[in-house]
Amino acid sequence: MSESMVRVEGLKKYFSTARGLLHAVDDVTMDIEKGHTVGIVGESGCGKSTLGRTIIHLLDKTDGKIFLEGEDVSDVKGKDLKRVREQMQIIFQDPYSSIDPKKSIRDTVKEPLKVSGRYSKSEIEEKTDMLMDLVGIDERLKYAYPHELDGGRRQRVGIARALALDPKFVVCDEPVSALDVSIQAQVLNLLKKLQMDRDLTYMFVTHDMSVVKHISDEICVMYLGQVVEKCPSKELFKMPLHPYTKALLSAIPSIDIDHPNKREILRGELTSPINPKPGCRFAARCKFATEKCLEPQEQQEVSPGHFVRCCRVEELG
Amino acid sequence: MDNTAENKEFLSVKNLKVEYFSGKTVVHAVNGVDLKMYKGKTLGLVGETGAGKTTIAKSILRILPDVGARIVEGEIKLDGKDLLSLKEHDMRKIRGNEISMIFQDPMTALNPVQRVGEQISEAVKLHSDLSKEQCEERAKEMLKMVGITEDRYYEYPHQFSGGMKQRIVIAIALACNPQVLLADEPTTALDVTIQAQVLELVGELQKKFNTAMLLITHDLGVVATVCDEVAIIYAGRIVEYGTKEQIFHHPSHPYTLGLFGAIPDMADDDIWLHPIEGLPPDPTKEIVGCAFAPRCKYATEACLKGEIPALTTEDGHISHCINMKSVLSKEGK
Amino acid sequence: MKKHKGQSEFSRFVYQLSKNKMAMIGLVILLIEVLIAIFATQIAPYGYQEIDPTALRQVPSAKHWFGTDEIGRDIFSRVVVGTRYSLSMGIIATAISSVIGIVIGAVAGFAGGWTDNIIMRALDVIQSLPGMLLTIVMSAVLGSGYFNTILALSVGAIPGQARMLRANMLKQRKAEYIEAAYSINCSPARIIFTHLVPNSISANIVGMTMGVAHTIIQAASLSFIGLGVQPPTPDWGAMLSGARAFIRKSPHMVIFPGLAIAVTVLAVNMLGDGIRDALDPKLKK
Repeated sequence: MSESMVRVEGLKKYFSTARGLLHAVDDVTMDIEKGHTVGIVGESGCGKSTLGRTIIHLLDKTDGKIFLEGEDVSDVKGKDLKRVREQMQIIFQDPYSSIDPKKSIRDTVKEPLKVSGRYSKSEIEEKTDMLMDLVGIDERLKYAYPHELDGGRRQRVGIARALALDPKFVVCDEPVSALDVSIQAQVLNLLKKLQMDRDLTYMFVTHDMSVVKHISDEICVMYLGQVVEKCPSKELFKMPLHPYTKALLSAIPSIDIDHPNKREILRGELTSPINPKPGCRFAARCKFATEKCLEPQEQQEVSPGHFVRCCRVEELG
Repeated sequence: MDNTAENKEFLSVKNLKVEYFSGKTVVHAVNGVDLKMYKGKTLGLVGETGAGKTTIAKSILRILPDVGARIVEGEIKLDGKDLLSLKEHDMRKIRGNEISMIFQDPMTALNPVQRVGEQISEAVKLHSDLSKEQCEERAKEMLKMVGITEDRYYEYPHQFSGGMKQRIVIAIALACNPQVLLADEPTTALDVTIQAQVLELVGELQKKFNTAMLLITHDLGVVATVCDEVAIIYAGRIVEYGTKEQIFHHPSHPYTLGLFGAIPDMADDDIWLHPIEGLPPDPTKEIVGCAFAPRCKYATEACLKGEIPALTTEDGHISHCINMKSVLSKEGK
Repeated sequence: MKKHKGQSEFSRFVYQLSKNKMAMIGLVILLIEVLIAIFATQIAPYGYQEIDPTALRQVPSAKHWFGTDEIGRDIFSRVVVGTRYSLSMGIIATAISSVIGIVIGAVAGFAGGWTDNIIMRALDVIQSLPGMLLTIVMSAVLGSGYFNTILALSVGAIPGQARMLRANMLKQRKAEYIEAAYSINCSPARIIFTHLVPNSISANIVGMTMGVAHTIIQAASLSFIGLGVQPPTPDWGAMLSGARAFIRKSPHMVIFPGLAIAVTVLAVNMLGDGIRDALDPKLKK
């Protein structure tokens, strides 16, 4: 039995808006194994970033449970909350807005060490140097300011900050989507190397299917706050079961010009995540939708480790 | 002008050089770019941030800022007309009418306090003598064409989703049946399923109106799906230029090879990616020789000297790499 | 810059400021004015109350450099001594209002919700009174005198400073680097004072430099209606308003105190712009 790093049960996060409750994360249950990378894919507004932020206690959950290495950390407060946050960190999407423009990058990397109150002054300096070497920031740039760096280097600063307190679990929230491909590859390699060296567990949030396939062991497909399919990464690309996953995979523009994807163009309007009806949220755009789809959908395990939230999955094969 | 119009380029850019300057710093954004666009065909312009892609499009449309930017040399011809020598007054008739541009961010390209229908009909009105009613009629037609029902004519941009907004932007760009469409990362801000819809739509409309299109993007997948020809740009220079098949089957410039190598391969399970090491050159410095040489693993001393000539194969595949032969043999192609 | 290892934020600021010529000129002018204020009685050739009945409204001459006023007092001496009052009132009142305003704005902008609402409505009440009227009421309640006048002058400028900071903070609060600060367990106070305020304060600094000028003029208005610093204390603004009636016949009576105010305001502005730029690492050369 492999050990669980993070487990969430029935996690919900609602935001109240002028027009009603926005169900950003709705009844998500999942297990993330130690040392694994779980990719969370889905389109903008599907709640994938909110899910990550809720798990690491950056947002307060509405309902549900969160376990860290078996310990129930759903409602931790005060000192325990501090400890939990130190163990669960986040790397942000936008390398331009995620680091304070008025601070030198060294101060940014140093800050978590200072705030933790665990280290002496000389230890802080030493650790800061170590972290900057770790993420590959050149010696000559150690005292630079964010605006002097390109996106890739800034993202390295963000990574160094997240790793400063030796977390066990890191949410990577679209860490490469703002970067050019050649730089993106550098950062992905760095993340992979850090994971191997420091035995990290990643939750990798992205909308880029080729990136998620590359980095993940398992993939969760989210649609409007719910996980519609979850399975090992390779299986998802070989045998997608949920109609949304199929449409999503077919929409990826392939660089193989001899075998272009047969694009499946979705019709129909997006369902609003505000006060959604109980049925399947993809039904309005799904060509297989029947009356049964208007009832609440349960997550079912169709084969070991392969979960799907679609009542017609068996019939559709 | 000869009349064998079909095979003649409709819009051509020759040796375009554009600089931005502030104070004493000069940014060499575009350094001698040649492009040719044909009716009914799509040319993909691929490159990374800061490579000068958007600057080229803006130069064609002559919407570079008056202060701080200048076209140093070059020639841009639309169907034989030299655009760079036109008076501003005449250029205005061409913008939006003969050449239209779709901007990257649909969220900011629309006026938030004007009804979307009015924004389309305004575009029609600017370039035609149609009456107000006729413009409205045309605007509704355009909305329908991009798949939005006409009863949404009176809605405001915030009432639409991102993909819908981009369709409205496309409707505005196509409202006057432009002969040339410059699309600057039209789907970058959109989700994949929406991107598929928008690309499909643009493709249909292009076929219908026989438009010449320049598609600016950094996404090779989009290029593979949509384009007929591809130009790879690096540091304001075209490094490789050819048909889609030439570029995707026989990439021959080390930068192009690097780009393909850096994308996570859907079919490959290698845990390490192959990034291009280093960073693009500082655009404020003059570059002698090949701009990519400092990052190129095949670079020789000759790469750092003098002009890099364009090597053209018999079927018109252009590569600006003096070591092309040895590169290709080392890559095993 | 990059070679300065382990350089603190403050020494970087001082270094940047010292490289800014305009700011340095502003600073030098202000320092000279401060020196003039300190040694005013030694510098002034006459006593500021000394009346020379034989020389009423005289134009500048070797004897009276800036001329004399309507009752024969030496304007140069009065301007020199006035430096003490005008400069200090302008700067101290602005400093008080800025500090209070910034703290209030920071609390409102950070807390949001009810706290924000209550603070903002309270500021609305203050701002609904015309600024001058408020200062007059405050001054009448507190009574005249140097420190009371400073207090009265500072109240009116608090809401403006608070609002400016709050508005900029609301913009910054949504940035990801603030979220990042939470994720590494920064305390609210740390987030406010090390992240939010430094990134939101540039408009306030410009506001402060303008505030100094405004305050000097307001102080003048107060003394004009018999509140604030009382004659014969030679406050620049008071001199200016007292000389108003003679502006056509004896313009020098207006020009010299006016010039003193203008030079001070200019110097404060130059220094203020320099401070703002030095606080912004993006503008460093």
